Amino acid sequence: MNRSAITIPVITVLIIALLWQLLSLYLDTIILPAPRAVFVRLLDEMSRESFWHHFIASSWRITAGMTLAFLLAVPLGLILGSSTRLDRLSAPLVYLGYPVPKIVFLPLILLIFGLGNLSKIVLIALIIFFQIFIPTRDAVRSIEPEVIYALQSLGGSRWDYYRHVVWPVALPGIFTALRIGTGTAVAVLFFVESISARHGIGFYLIDSWGRADYTAVFVGIIALAIMGIVLYECFDALEKRICRWKNV
Amino acid sequence: MTSYRTNRPSELLRVDGIEKTFIQGKARKTVLSGISFSLDRNDTAAIVGPSGCGKTTLLIMIAGLIPPDEGTVSLNGLPQRGPTRKIAYVPQHYGLFPWKTVRENMLLGARLQHIAITNERIRSLEKELGITGMDRLYPRQLSGGQRQRVALARALLLTPSLLLLDEPFAAIDALTRERLQYQLLAVQHHEGFSYIIVTHNIEEAVMLGRRILVMDGNGRGCAAEFKNAGAGTRGYRDSDVFIRQCTAVRHALENAQ
Repeated sequence: MNRSAITIPVITVLIIALLWQLLSLYLDTIILPAPRAVFVRLLDEMSRESFWHHFIASSWRITAGMTLAFLLAVPLGLILGSSTRLDRLSAPLVYLGYPVPKIVFLPLILLIFGLGNLSKIVLIALIIFFQIFIPTRDAVRSIEPEVIYALQSLGGSRWDYYRHVVWPVALPGIFTALRIGTGTAVAVLFFVESISARHGIGFYLIDSWGRADYTAVFVGIIALAIMGIVLYECFDALEKRICRWKNV
Repeated sequence: MTSYRTNRPSELLRVDGIEKTFIQGKARKTVLSGISFSLDRNDTAAIVGPSGCGKTTLLIMIAGLIPPDEGTVSLNGLPQRGPTRKIAYVPQHYGLFPWKTVRENMLLGARLQHIAITNERIRSLEKELGITGMDRLYPRQLSGGQRQRVALARALLLTPSLLLLDEPFAAIDALTRERLQYQLLAVQHHEGFSYIIVTHNIEEAVMLGRRILVMDGNGRGCAAEFKNAGAGTRGYRDSDVFIRQCTAVRHALENAQ
């Protein structure tokens, strides 16, 4: 890893902390505690089992939701992108389904899947599904006939086409969608946990807010941010490893 | 164009009265109509013609990648009904897969067809084409000329009887293009396959094709055919015959527009 890959994020975090400290000093209000106080509280919370209980519950929901979205959206995107007929048949559903804000289905999802983990996972998957499906389908659609002819002339079968052409063509788009989807997934997680949960960082944050414990609110914000950053970096590292040709 | 009914022992390829019409919405466009010609083993042909006259479509049909609406393509007297190992097709933009290394690209055909290729064979072809030491590079790390040679190596590793090249040197500078033309001739001489090259470049057609087919610009098939026995021979490019052939092909091409 080159040095700038470490120093630039460190400097960025230090600049944010400095600006935060200055703003906290200027406003001098309990609504914006100083970064040092938040950091000390974060370390304190990390030593408690209950905090990890919240963190693990949220991590499981977001990971399961994104995995479910990936498992549904990628195969469907690959199939519809490589079949003009199926793509045409499914187009009305996609055009109707994509622009609808899926968050409005929350009451229905809670009624169908209950107040447990499943409803939260389903909602995250439903919202992330289109964010992965559309770029996957479009990446496959963009395959030039010349590439298909090249594979066929080498003796490639339909399965070889999916394995050696469709999948590698779609991969960079899938990783981009996953990275973008991470932010959305964290936002949905917070929203759904703040409404219908007894565990999770979303619940922890809203509960702290209700108790006017603003230092804990910031601890919750940092925990959600860390969750998003870790997922984002995981997808980034995976892409660099799997799509090596992109970085040469 | 003459319909070819004979099947000489030396004949490798026979294209007999093939036609192709593409339908887009309500529009129908006949890109090829009544094309017939044959090619012997070890023989070479160049196809020239105005843009959109169906040169690439013709190559793709010979490769068995799309079927003709009418007519037949036969190899060694047997009608073709799909891609075959005996015919290798190198597309205009080389058809290399950017996500595979040079080595993976070169060996893909052999892998898909479960053909064992010895390291000696790979090394000898790499040496002949001047692409040694590039195995672990990706196509985007190569120049246009190097990509073309890798695509050629990939096709030749399958030891085809017929190589189809679609404007192979179109995006390459003049000097590299000339060097690649000589390399193609040398490899063809050494490996003993036939090839058909589609090109927009008249000099290239006259240098590389012992037969030159000039296609009609209105989908009416072949407008003219030239025998060009000197193609590929040493010093041919500087001879008077070469210049006369170029002029004749140019006139045929002007009439074919």
